[in-house]
Amino acid sequence: MSAPLLAVEALSRAFGALSALHRVSFQVTARERRAIIGPNGAGKTTLFNVITGQLAPSGGRIRLEGAPIEGLSPHAVARRGISRSFQRNNLFPKLAVQENLRLAAAAGAPGTWSLLGRLERQRGPLERAREVAEIVGLAGRLASPAGLLSYGEQRQLEVGVALATGPRLLLLDEPTAGMSPEETQRMTRMLEALPRDVTLLIIEHDMDVVGSLADRVTVLHYGEVLTEGTFAEVKADPRVYEVYLGEA
Amino acid sequence: MTHPRLLASALVVVALALFPLGAGNYPVKLLQEILIWGIFAMSLDLLMGYAGMVSFGHSAFFGIGGYVAALALGRSPGLVSALALPALAAGLAALLIGFFSIRVSGVYFIMLTLAFSQMFHAYTFQVSWLGAEDGLVGIPRPAVPGLDVSTLRGFHAYLLVLLGLLALALARIVRSPFGHVLRGIHENEARMEALGYAVDRYKLLAFVIAGLVAGVAGSLYSQFNGSITPDAFFWKTSGEALLMVIIGGTGTLGGALLGAAAFILLQSLVSTYTERWMLILGATFILFVLFAPGGIVGALRGRLGLRA
Repeated sequence: MSAPLLAVEALSRAFGALSALHRVSFQVTARERRAIIGPNGAGKTTLFNVITGQLAPSGGRIRLEGAPIEGLSPHAVARRGISRSFQRNNLFPKLAVQENLRLAAAAGAPGTWSLLGRLERQRGPLERAREVAEIVGLAGRLASPAGLLSYGEQRQLEVGVALATGPRLLLLDEPTAGMSPEETQRMTRMLEALPRDVTLLIIEHDMDVVGSLADRVTVLHYGEVLTEGTFAEVKADPRVYEVYLGEA
Repeated sequence: MTHPRLLASALVVVALALFPLGAGNYPVKLLQEILIWGIFAMSLDLLMGYAGMVSFGHSAFFGIGGYVAALALGRSPGLVSALALPALAAGLAALLIGFFSIRVSGVYFIMLTLAFSQMFHAYTFQVSWLGAEDGLVGIPRPAVPGLDVSTLRGFHAYLLVLLGLLALALARIVRSPFGHVLRGIHENEARMEALGYAVDRYKLLAFVIAGLVAGVAGSLYSQFNGSITPDAFFWKTSGEALLMVIIGGTGTLGGALLGAAAFILLQSLVSTYTERWMLILGATFILFVLFAPGGIVGALRGRLGLRA
Protein backbone atom coordinates (compact mmCIF):
# COMPACT_ATOMS: atom_id res chain seq x y z
CA MET A 1 0.00 0.00 0.00
CA SER A 2 1.33 3.46 -0.85
CA ALA A 3 1.98 6.06 1.84
CA PRO A 4 -0.99 8.16 2.91
CA LEU A 5 -1.04 11.71 1.50
CA LEU A 6 -0.71 13.21 4.97
CA ALA A 7 0.55 11.37 8.04
CA VAL A 8 0.70 13.20 11.36
CA GLU A 9 2.71 11.20 13.89
CA ALA A 10 2.76 11.96 17.64
CA LEU A 11 2.72 15.69 16.88
CA SER A 12 3.10 17.98 19.88
CA ARG A 13 3.21 21.71 20.34
CA ALA A 14 3.54 23.47 23.65
CA PHE A 15 3.24 27.18 24.44
CA GLY A 16 5.27 27.44 27.64
CA ALA A 17 3.56 25.14 30.12
CA LEU A 18 0.43 24.88 27.97
CA SER A 19 0.30 21.83 25.76
CA ALA A 20 -1.78 22.89 22.75
CA LEU A 21 -1.18 19.63 20.89
CA HIS A 22 -0.18 16.41 22.63
CA ARG A 23 1.00 13.44 20.58
CA VAL A 24 -1.62 13.91 17.86
CA SER A 25 -1.60 11.18 15.24
CA PHE A 26 -3.85 10.62 12.23
CA GLN A 27 -3.61 9.90 8.53
CA VAL A 28 -5.42 11.28 5.53
CA THR A 29 -5.45 9.30 2.30
CA ALA A 30 -5.43 10.95 -1.08
CA ARG A 31 -8.89 12.05 -2.35
CA GLU A 32 -10.31 11.91 1.17
CA ARG A 33 -12.37 14.66 2.79
CA ARG A 34 -11.56 14.82 6.47
CA ALA A 35 -13.16 17.08 9.06
CA ILE A 36 -11.42 18.10 12.27
CA ILE A 37 -13.87 18.97 14.99
CA GLY A 38 -13.60 19.76 18.67
CA PRO A 39 -14.63 22.45 21.14
CA ASN A 40 -12.92 25.85 21.21
CA GLY A 41 -9.35 25.58 22.40
CA ALA A 42 -9.02 21.96 21.29
CA GLY A 43 -5.95 22.86 19.22
CA LYS A 44 -7.49 22.69 15.74
CA THR A 45 -6.00 25.91 14.38
CA THR A 46 -2.69 25.19 16.12
CA LEU A 47 -2.66 21.87 14.26
CA PHE A 48 -3.10 23.73 10.95
CA ASN A 49 -0.39 26.24 11.90
CA VAL A 50 2.07 23.45 12.63
CA ILE A 51 1.24 21.49 9.46
CA THR A 52 1.67 24.56 7.25
CA GLY A 53 4.88 25.72 8.92
CA GLN A 54 3.58 28.87 10.63
CA LEU A 55 4.52 27.20 13.92
CA ALA A 56 7.34 24.77 14.58
CA PRO A 57 6.30 21.56 16.34
CA SER A 58 7.71 20.74 19.78
CA GLY A 59 7.85 17.08 18.77
CA GLY A 60 6.61 14.49 16.32
CA ARG A 61 6.56 14.17 12.56
CA ILE A 62 4.46 15.30 9.65
CA ARG A 63 4.84 13.41 6.38
CA LEU A 64 3.53 14.30 2.98
CA GLU A 65 3.54 11.15 0.85
CA GLY A 66 6.11 9.73 3.22
CA ALA A 67 8.52 12.70 3.13
CA PRO A 68 8.91 14.65 6.39
CA ILE A 69 7.81 18.29 6.15
CA GLU A 70 7.73 19.39 9.80
CA GLY A 71 9.75 22.50 10.58
CA LEU A 72 9.82 23.71 6.96
CA SER A 73 9.05 27.38 6.35
CA PRO A 74 5.47 28.20 5.23
CA HIS A 75 6.51 28.91 1.64
CA ALA A 76 8.36 25.61 1.41
CA VAL A 77 5.32 23.72 2.70
CA ALA A 78 3.09 25.57 0.23
CA ARG A 79 5.45 24.68 -2.63
CA ARG A 80 4.97 21.01 -1.80
CA GLY A 81 1.29 21.30 -2.59
CA ILE A 82 -0.35 22.15 0.73
CA SER A 83 -2.52 25.25 0.77
CA ARG A 84 -4.68 26.70 3.51
CA SER A 85 -7.40 29.22 4.17
CA PHE A 86 -7.59 31.17 7.40
CA GLN A 87 -10.24 31.43 10.07
CA ARG A 88 -10.06 35.21 9.83
CA ASN A 89 -9.99 36.67 6.33
CA ASN A 90 -6.36 37.04 5.31
CA LEU A 91 -6.57 38.69 1.91
CA PHE A 92 -4.95 41.51 -0.08
CA PRO A 93 -7.62 44.12 0.68
CA LYS A 94 -6.48 46.85 -1.71
CA LEU A 95 -5.90 44.50 -4.63
CA ALA A 96 -8.67 43.44 -7.00
CA VAL A 97 -10.30 40.02 -6.63
CA GLN A 98 -8.63 38.90 -9.84
CA GLU A 99 -5.20 39.99 -8.56
CA ASN A 100 -5.77 38.20 -5.22
CA LEU A 101 -6.43 34.99 -7.13
CA ARG A 102 -3.73 35.59 -9.76
CA LEU A 103 -1.02 36.08 -7.12
CA ALA A 104 -2.07 32.78 -5.57
CA ALA A 105 -2.13 31.00 -8.93
CA ALA A 106 1.31 32.38 -9.86
CA ALA A 107 2.93 31.41 -6.54
CA GLY A 108 5.93 29.20 -7.03
CA ALA A 109 6.04 29.71 -10.80
CA PRO A 110 9.39 30.90 -12.19
CA GLY A 111 7.61 33.76 -13.99
CA THR A 112 7.25 35.66 -10.72
CA TRP A 113 10.94 36.59 -10.93
CA SER A 114 10.50 38.29 -14.28
CA LEU A 115 11.60 41.91 -13.86
CA LEU A 116 10.79 43.23 -17.29
CA GLY A 117 8.13 40.79 -18.47
CA ARG A 118 4.56 41.86 -19.01
CA LEU A 119 1.90 40.53 -16.68
CA GLU A 120 -0.64 40.04 -19.48
CA ARG A 121 1.75 37.71 -21.27
CA GLN A 122 1.59 35.17 -18.43
CA ARG A 123 -1.73 33.66 -19.43
CA GLY A 124 -1.66 30.62 -17.12
CA PRO A 125 -2.12 32.30 -13.72
CA LEU A 126 -4.64 34.75 -15.17
CA GLU A 127 -6.77 31.96 -16.61
CA ARG A 128 -6.51 30.00 -13.37
CA ALA A 129 -7.63 33.10 -11.43
CA ARG A 130 -10.73 33.46 -13.60
CA GLU A 131 -11.47 29.74 -13.37
CA VAL A 132 -11.30 29.85 -9.56
CA ALA A 133 -13.40 33.03 -9.44
CA GLU A 134 -16.05 31.06 -11.33
CA ILE A 135 -15.81 28.17 -8.84
CA VAL A 136 -16.14 30.36 -5.72
CA GLY A 137 -18.89 32.50 -7.24
CA LEU A 138 -16.95 35.73 -7.67
CA ALA A 139 -16.76 35.85 -11.47
CA GLY A 140 -18.81 39.04 -11.43
CA ARG A 141 -16.55 40.79 -8.93
CA LEU A 142 -13.12 40.37 -10.57
CA ALA A 143 -12.33 44.07 -10.63
CA SER A 144 -13.48 44.91 -7.08
CA PRO A 145 -10.83 45.45 -4.41
CA ALA A 146 -11.05 42.54 -1.99
CA GLY A 147 -11.56 44.95 0.92
CA LEU A 148 -14.80 46.23 -0.61
CA LEU A 149 -16.46 42.82 -0.86
CA SER A 150 -19.17 41.83 1.60
CA TYR A 151 -18.06 39.63 4.47
CA GLY A 152 -19.55 36.55 2.86
CA GLU A 153 -17.85 37.29 -0.45
CA GLN A 154 -14.54 37.76 1.37
CA ARG A 155 -15.00 34.31 2.90
CA GLN A 156 -15.53 32.92 -0.61
CA LEU A 157 -12.39 34.69 -1.79
CA GLU A 158 -10.46 33.39 1.22
CA VAL A 159 -11.19 29.85 0.06
CA GLY A 160 -10.59 30.83 -3.56
CA VAL A 161 -7.10 32.20 -2.83
CA ALA A 162 -6.20 28.93 -1.08
CA LEU A 163 -7.64 26.92 -3.96
CA ALA A 164 -5.98 28.96 -6.73
CA THR A 165 -2.50 27.66 -5.90
CA GLY A 166 -3.68 24.29 -7.22
CA PRO A 167 -2.96 22.31 -4.04
CA ARG A 168 -2.97 18.55 -3.59
CA LEU A 169 -4.03 19.04 0.02
CA LEU A 170 -6.32 21.93 0.92
CA LEU A 171 -6.68 22.94 4.57
CA LEU A 172 -9.77 25.01 5.30
CA ASP A 173 -10.05 26.70 8.69
CA GLU A 174 -13.76 27.23 9.37
CA PRO A 175 -14.68 28.37 5.87
CA THR A 176 -18.26 29.08 6.92
CA ALA A 177 -17.39 31.05 10.09
CA GLY A 178 -19.76 33.99 10.49
CA MET A 179 -21.79 33.16 7.38
CA SER A 180 -25.57 33.27 7.12
CA PRO A 181 -27.37 29.91 6.66
CA GLU A 182 -27.83 30.62 2.93
CA GLU A 183 -24.15 31.53 2.50
CA THR A 184 -23.14 28.43 4.44
CA GLN A 185 -25.26 26.27 2.14
CA ARG A 186 -23.73 27.85 -0.93
CA MET A 187 -20.20 27.33 0.46
CA THR A 188 -20.99 23.68 1.26
CA ARG A 189 -22.28 23.04 -2.25
CA MET A 190 -19.19 24.71 -3.68
CA LEU A 191 -16.87 22.52 -1.58
CA GLU A 192 -18.82 19.38 -2.48
CA ALA A 193 -18.39 20.20 -6.15
CA LEU A 194 -14.57 20.48 -5.89
CA PRO A 195 -12.72 17.81 -7.83
CA ARG A 196 -11.79 14.80 -5.71
CA ASP A 197 -8.10 15.08 -6.54
CA VAL A 198 -8.01 18.00 -4.11
CA THR A 199 -7.80 16.26 -0.75
CA LEU A 200 -9.62 18.26 1.93
CA LEU A 201 -8.85 18.76 5.59
CA ILE A 202 -11.45 21.03 7.08
CA ILE A 203 -12.01 22.53 10.52
CA GLU A 204 -15.72 23.11 10.93
CA HIS A 205 -18.18 23.84 13.71
CA ASP A 206 -21.35 23.48 11.66
CA MET A 207 -22.35 19.80 11.98
CA ASP A 208 -24.58 19.97 8.90
CA VAL A 209 -21.55 20.98 6.85
CA VAL A 210 -19.43 18.23 8.43
CA GLY A 211 -22.16 15.65 7.88
CA SER A 212 -22.64 16.41 4.22
CA LEU A 213 -18.97 16.94 3.35
CA ALA A 214 -16.68 14.72 5.38
CA ASP A 215 -15.79 11.10 4.64
CA ARG A 216 -14.21 10.79 8.06
CA VAL A 217 -14.06 12.93 11.18
CA THR A 218 -11.23 13.37 13.69
CA VAL A 219 -12.22 14.76 17.09
CA LEU A 220 -9.70 16.85 19.03
CA HIS A 221 -10.11 17.60 22.70
CA TYR A 222 -7.56 19.47 24.82
CA GLY A 223 -4.90 18.93 22.17
CA GLU A 224 -5.39 15.17 21.92
CA VAL A 225 -7.24 12.96 19.47
CA LEU A 226 -10.36 11.80 21.27
CA THR A 227 -11.65 9.57 18.51
CA GLU A 228 -11.90 9.16 14.78
CA GLY A 229 -14.44 7.59 12.44
CA THR A 230 -17.25 8.27 10.02
CA PHE A 231 -19.61 11.09 10.92
CA ALA A 232 -22.25 8.57 12.04
CA GLU A 233 -19.75 6.71 14.25
CA VAL A 234 -18.44 9.89 15.82
CA LYS A 235 -21.94 11.21 16.36
CA ALA A 236 -22.90 8.01 18.16
CA ASP A 237 -19.88 8.16 20.47
CA PRO A 238 -21.07 9.26 23.93
CA ARG A 239 -17.69 10.85 24.73
CA VAL A 240 -17.97 13.10 21.70
CA TYR A 241 -21.48 14.02 22.67
CA GLU A 242 -20.19 14.92 26.09
CA VAL A 243 -17.25 17.15 25.08
CA TYR A 244 -18.60 18.65 21.93
CA LEU A 245 -22.04 17.96 20.61
CA GLY A 246 -23.50 18.31 24.06
CA GLU A 247 -22.28 21.89 24.17
CA ALA A 248 -24.01 22.96 21.00
CA MET B 1 -0.50 54.12 -20.31
CA THR B 2 -3.27 56.32 -21.63
CA HIS B 3 -2.73 58.88 -24.39
CA PRO B 4 -3.13 62.00 -22.21
CA ARG B 5 -0.49 60.66 -19.82
CA LEU B 6 1.87 59.80 -22.66
CA LEU B 7 1.39 63.28 -24.11
CA ALA B 8 1.95 64.91 -20.72
CA SER B 9 5.13 62.90 -20.14
CA ALA B 10 6.42 63.84 -23.60
CA LEU B 11 5.72 67.53 -22.95
CA VAL B 12 7.55 67.38 -19.61
CA VAL B 13 10.57 65.71 -21.23
CA VAL B 14 10.70 68.32 -24.00
CA ALA B 15 10.38 71.16 -21.48
CA LEU B 16 13.16 69.70 -19.32
CA ALA B 17 15.38 69.22 -22.36
CA LEU B 18 14.87 72.77 -23.65
CA PHE B 19 15.18 74.39 -20.23
CA PRO B 20 18.93 75.21 -20.47
CA LEU B 21 18.35 77.14 -23.73
CA GLY B 22 16.21 79.74 -22.03
CA ALA B 23 17.44 79.82 -18.45
CA GLY B 24 20.53 81.05 -16.65
CA ASN B 25 23.20 78.94 -15.01
CA TYR B 26 21.70 78.86 -11.54
CA PRO B 27 18.21 77.58 -12.48
CA VAL B 28 19.77 74.95 -14.73
CA LYS B 29 22.01 73.73 -11.93
CA LEU B 30 19.01 73.65 -9.63
CA LEU B 31 17.14 71.53 -12.16
CA GLN B 32 20.10 69.19 -12.49
CA GLU B 33 20.18 68.75 -8.74
CA ILE B 34 16.47 67.91 -8.88
CA LEU B 35 17.08 65.30 -11.58
CA ILE B 36 19.81 63.60 -9.52
CA TRP B 37 17.79 63.58 -6.31
CA GLY B 38 14.79 62.48 -8.34
CA ILE B 39 16.66 59.32 -9.38
CA PHE B 40 17.63 58.73 -5.75
CA ALA B 41 14.06 59.25 -4.52
CA MET B 42 12.64 56.94 -7.21
CA SER B 43 14.97 54.17 -6.08
CA LEU B 44 13.79 54.60 -2.49
CA ASP B 45 10.17 54.61 -3.64
CA LEU B 46 10.65 51.16 -5.19
CA LEU B 47 11.30 49.96 -1.63
CA MET B 48 8.83 52.13 0.27
CA GLY B 49 5.95 52.52 -2.11
CA TYR B 50 5.95 49.13 -3.79
CA ALA B 51 7.58 46.59 -1.46
CA GLY B 52 6.52 48.43 1.72
CA MET B 53 10.06 48.45 3.10
CA VAL B 54 10.80 51.77 4.80
CA SER B 55 14.59 52.12 4.74
CA PHE B 56 16.30 54.86 6.70
CA GLY B 57 19.70 53.88 5.38
CA HIS B 58 19.39 54.50 1.68
CA SER B 59 22.25 57.01 1.91
CA ALA B 60 24.64 54.05 2.18
CA PHE B 61 24.20 53.30 -1.53
CA PHE B 62 24.16 56.96 -2.56
CA GLY B 63 27.46 57.45 -0.74
CA ILE B 64 29.06 54.28 -2.08
CA GLY B 65 28.10 55.29 -5.61
CA GLY B 66 29.58 58.73 -5.02
CA TYR B 67 32.87 57.54 -3.54
CA VAL B 68 33.39 54.70 -6.03
CA ALA B 69 32.79 57.13 -8.89
CA ALA B 70 35.25 59.57 -7.36
CA LEU B 71 37.96 56.91 -7.07
CA ALA B 72 37.29 55.28 -10.45
CA LEU B 73 36.92 58.48 -12.48
CA GLY B 74 40.27 59.64 -11.12
CA ARG B 75 41.90 56.63 -12.75
CA SER B 76 39.91 56.22 -15.94
CA PRO B 77 37.26 58.80 -16.80
CA GLY B 78 34.86 56.66 -18.85
CA LEU B 79 31.27 55.45 -18.52
CA VAL B 80 32.38 52.27 -16.77
CA SER B 81 33.83 54.39 -13.97
CA ALA B 82 30.91 56.79 -14.04
CA LEU B 83 28.03 54.32 -14.08
CA ALA B 84 28.85 50.61 -14.09
CA LEU B 85 31.31 50.45 -11.18
CA PRO B 86 29.33 52.71 -8.81
CA ALA B 87 26.13 50.79 -9.56
CA LEU B 88 27.85 47.45 -9.10
CA ALA B 89 29.50 48.45 -5.83
CA ALA B 90 26.26 49.86 -4.43
CA GLY B 91 24.38 46.75 -5.56
CA LEU B 92 26.87 44.48 -3.82
CA ALA B 93 26.64 46.54 -0.64
CA ALA B 94 22.84 46.30 -0.86
CA LEU B 95 23.11 42.53 -1.19
CA LEU B 96 25.17 42.38 1.98
CA ILE B 97 23.21 44.94 4.02
CA GLY B 98 19.92 43.54 2.76
CA PHE B 99 20.90 40.01 3.69
CA PHE B 100 21.06 41.06 7.34
CA SER B 101 18.37 43.75 7.44
CA ILE B 102 15.58 41.89 5.66
CA ARG B 103 15.33 39.34 8.46
CA VAL B 104 13.55 42.00 10.50
CA SER B 105 10.77 44.37 9.57
CA GLY B 106 9.10 47.61 10.63
CA VAL B 107 11.01 49.76 13.08
CA TYR B 108 13.83 47.21 13.41
CA PHE B 109 14.41 47.33 9.66
CA ILE B 110 14.49 51.15 9.86
CA MET B 111 17.05 51.08 12.69
CA LEU B 112 19.24 48.41 11.12
CA THR B 113 19.47 50.16 7.75
CA LEU B 114 20.18 53.43 9.57
CA ALA B 115 22.96 51.78 11.57
CA PHE B 116 24.64 50.38 8.45
CA SER B 117 24.60 53.75 6.68
CA GLN B 118 25.98 55.52 9.76
CA MET B 119 28.84 53.02 9.90
CA PHE B 120 29.86 54.12 6.41
CA HIS B 121 29.60 57.73 7.51
CA ALA B 122 31.81 57.13 10.54
CA TYR B 123 34.36 55.25 8.44
CA THR B 124 34.64 57.80 5.62
CA PHE B 125 34.75 60.60 8.18
CA GLN B 126 37.91 59.15 9.69
CA VAL B 127 40.04 57.48 7.03
CA SER B 128 42.60 59.61 5.25
CA TRP B 129 42.62 57.65 1.99
CA LEU B 130 39.06 58.87 1.42
CA GLY B 131 39.93 62.41 2.48
CA ALA B 132 38.34 62.05 5.93
CA GLU B 133 35.83 64.82 6.68
CA ASP B 134 36.83 66.86 3.62
CA GLY B 135 36.02 63.99 1.29
CA LEU B 136 37.36 63.68 -2.23
CA VAL B 137 37.65 66.69 -4.53
CA GLY B 138 38.60 67.38 -8.11
CA ILE B 139 36.51 64.52 -9.51
CA PRO B 140 36.62 64.68 -13.31
CA ARG B 141 33.53 64.20 -15.42
CA PRO B 142 33.56 61.15 -17.67
CA ALA B 143 34.29 61.10 -21.38
CA VAL B 144 30.94 60.31 -23.00
CA PRO B 145 30.99 59.43 -26.71
CA GLY B 146 29.39 62.18 -28.75
CA LEU B 147 28.71 64.46 -25.79
CA ASP B 148 30.82 66.97 -23.88
CA VAL B 149 29.50 66.57 -20.34
CA SER B 150 31.92 69.14 -18.93
CA THR B 151 29.58 71.84 -20.27
CA LEU B 152 26.37 72.74 -18.51
CA ARG B 153 24.21 71.76 -21.48
CA GLY B 154 26.12 68.57 -22.21
CA PHE B 155 25.80 67.42 -18.60
CA HIS B 156 22.11 68.31 -18.72
CA ALA B 157 21.51 66.07 -21.73
CA TYR B 158 23.52 63.27 -20.06
CA LEU B 159 21.40 63.53 -16.89
CA LEU B 160 18.13 63.61 -18.79
CA VAL B 161 18.98 60.51 -20.82
CA LEU B 162 20.01 58.60 -17.70
CA LEU B 163 16.95 59.71 -15.75
CA GLY B 164 14.75 58.69 -18.67
CA LEU B 165 16.32 55.25 -18.99
CA LEU B 166 16.20 54.57 -15.25
CA ALA B 167 12.62 55.83 -14.93
CA LEU B 168 11.52 53.62 -17.83
CA ALA B 169 13.31 50.61 -16.34
CA LEU B 170 11.78 51.18 -12.89
CA ALA B 171 8.33 51.76 -14.39
CA ARG B 172 8.67 48.49 -16.26
CA ILE B 173 9.80 46.67 -13.11
CA VAL B 174 6.91 47.87 -10.94
CA ARG B 175 4.47 46.68 -13.60
CA SER B 176 6.22 43.35 -14.12
CA PRO B 177 5.21 40.06 -12.48
CA PHE B 178 8.00 40.71 -9.95
CA GLY B 179 6.58 44.18 -9.23
CA HIS B 180 3.19 42.65 -8.55
CA VAL B 181 4.77 40.19 -6.12
CA LEU B 182 6.22 43.22 -4.28
CA ARG B 183 2.76 44.78 -4.06
CA GLY B 184 1.40 41.53 -2.66
CA ILE B 185 4.17 41.52 -0.04
CA HIS B 186 3.35 45.14 0.80
CA GLU B 187 -0.32 44.27 1.28
CA ASN B 188 0.00 41.01 3.20
CA GLU B 189 3.44 39.53 3.68
CA ALA B 190 2.29 36.55 5.77
CA ARG B 191 -0.28 35.46 3.19
CA MET B 192 2.29 35.70 0.39
CA GLU B 193 4.56 33.42 2.42
CA ALA B 194 1.66 31.01 3.01
CA LEU B 195 0.96 30.95 -0.73
CA GLY B 196 4.47 29.73 -1.45
CA TYR B 197 6.43 32.93 -2.10
CA ALA B 198 9.91 33.00 -0.55
CA VAL B 199 9.18 36.55 0.58
CA ASP B 200 12.70 37.36 1.84
CA ARG B 201 14.28 36.61 -1.54
CA TYR B 202 11.90 38.92 -3.38
CA LYS B 203 12.55 41.65 -0.83
CA LEU B 204 16.30 41.16 -1.17
CA LEU B 205 16.15 41.54 -4.96
CA ALA B 206 14.08 44.73 -4.57
CA PHE B 207 16.64 46.02 -2.08
CA VAL B 208 19.51 45.30 -4.48
CA ILE B 209 17.79 46.99 -7.44
CA ALA B 210 17.06 50.05 -5.30
CA GLY B 211 20.69 50.04 -4.15
CA LEU B 212 21.98 49.88 -7.73
CA VAL B 213 19.92 52.85 -8.83
CA ALA B 214 20.81 54.82 -5.70
CA GLY B 215 24.47 54.13 -6.52
CA VAL B 216 24.03 55.71 -9.95
CA ALA B 217 22.38 58.74 -8.31
CA GLY B 218 25.31 59.07 -5.90
CA SER B 219 27.79 58.83 -8.76
CA LEU B 220 25.96 61.55 -10.69
CA TYR B 221 26.01 63.68 -7.55
CA SER B 222 29.81 63.28 -7.40
CA GLN B 223 30.13 64.22 -11.05
CA PHE B 224 27.78 67.18 -10.63
CA ASN B 225 29.68 68.68 -7.70
CA GLY B 226 33.15 67.46 -8.63
CA SER B 227 33.46 66.38 -5.01
CA ILE B 228 31.98 64.01 -2.46
CA THR B 229 32.02 64.23 1.34
CA PRO B 230 30.94 61.90 4.17
CA ASP B 231 27.69 63.91 4.24
CA ALA B 232 26.52 61.71 1.37
CA PHE B 233 26.36 58.83 3.87
CA PHE B 234 24.82 60.86 6.68
CA TRP B 235 21.31 59.98 7.86
CA LYS B 236 20.14 63.40 6.65
CA THR B 237 20.63 62.20 3.07
CA SER B 238 18.33 59.23 3.75
CA GLY B 239 15.88 61.45 5.60
CA GLU B 240 15.64 63.96 2.77
CA ALA B 241 14.95 61.20 0.24
CA LEU B 242 12.21 59.87 2.55
CA LEU B 243 10.65 63.35 2.71
CA MET B 244 10.79 63.66 -1.08
CA VAL B 245 9.02 60.34 -1.55
CA ILE B 246 6.33 61.17 1.01
CA ILE B 247 5.75 64.73 -0.25
CA GLY B 248 5.55 63.47 -3.83
CA GLY B 249 3.33 60.49 -3.05
CA THR B 250 4.57 57.01 -2.18
CA GLY B 251 4.02 54.26 -4.69
CA THR B 252 4.22 56.56 -7.71
CA LEU B 253 7.59 56.93 -9.43
CA GLY B 254 6.52 60.28 -10.92
CA GLY B 255 5.68 61.39 -7.39
CA ALA B 256 9.26 60.77 -6.29
CA LEU B 257 10.43 63.15 -9.04
CA LEU B 258 7.85 65.77 -8.10
CA GLY B 259 8.77 65.38 -4.43
CA ALA B 260 12.44 65.94 -5.24
CA ALA B 261 11.51 69.04 -7.23
CA ALA B 262 9.28 70.40 -4.47
CA PHE B 263 11.90 69.76 -1.79
CA ILE B 264 14.81 71.34 -3.63
CA LEU B 265 12.84 74.33 -4.92
CA LEU B 266 11.47 74.99 -1.46
CA GLN B 267 14.94 74.67 0.01
CA SER B 268 16.52 77.10 -2.45
CA LEU B 269 13.64 79.60 -2.45
CA VAL B 270 13.10 79.76 1.28
CA SER B 271 16.78 79.70 2.18
CA THR B 272 17.32 82.93 0.24
CA TYR B 273 14.91 84.67 2.63
CA THR B 274 15.58 82.99 5.94
CA GLU B 275 18.08 80.70 7.60
CA ARG B 276 15.18 78.82 9.14
CA TRP B 277 14.14 77.06 5.96
CA MET B 278 14.05 73.72 7.75
CA LEU B 279 11.23 75.12 9.88
CA ILE B 280 9.20 75.95 6.78
CA LEU B 281 10.01 72.59 5.28
CA GLY B 282 8.93 70.84 8.48
CA ALA B 283 5.62 72.69 8.47
CA THR B 284 5.07 71.84 4.80
CA PHE B 285 5.75 68.21 5.54
CA ILE B 286 3.29 68.16 8.43
CA LEU B 287 0.61 69.77 6.28
CA PHE B 288 1.17 67.17 3.58
CA VAL B 289 0.97 64.23 5.95
CA LEU B 290 -2.18 65.59 7.60
CA PHE B 291 -4.10 66.90 4.59
CA ALA B 292 -2.61 65.19 1.54
CA PRO B 293 -1.35 61.79 2.67
CA GLY B 294 -1.19 60.73 -0.97
CA GLY B 295 1.39 63.46 -1.57
CA ILE B 296 1.44 65.77 -4.59
CA VAL B 297 0.37 62.98 -6.93
CA GLY B 298 -2.47 61.92 -4.63
CA ALA B 299 -3.73 65.50 -4.43
CA LEU B 300 -3.52 65.96 -8.21
CA ARG B 301 -5.38 62.71 -8.82
CA GLY B 302 -8.10 63.76 -6.42
CA ARG B 303 -8.48 67.15 -8.09
CA LEU B 304 -8.37 65.95 -11.67
CA GLY B 305 -10.41 62.84 -10.96
CA LEU B 306 -7.64 60.71 -12.44
CA ARG B 307 -7.23 57.09 -11.57
CA ALA B 308 -4.08 55.32 -10.54
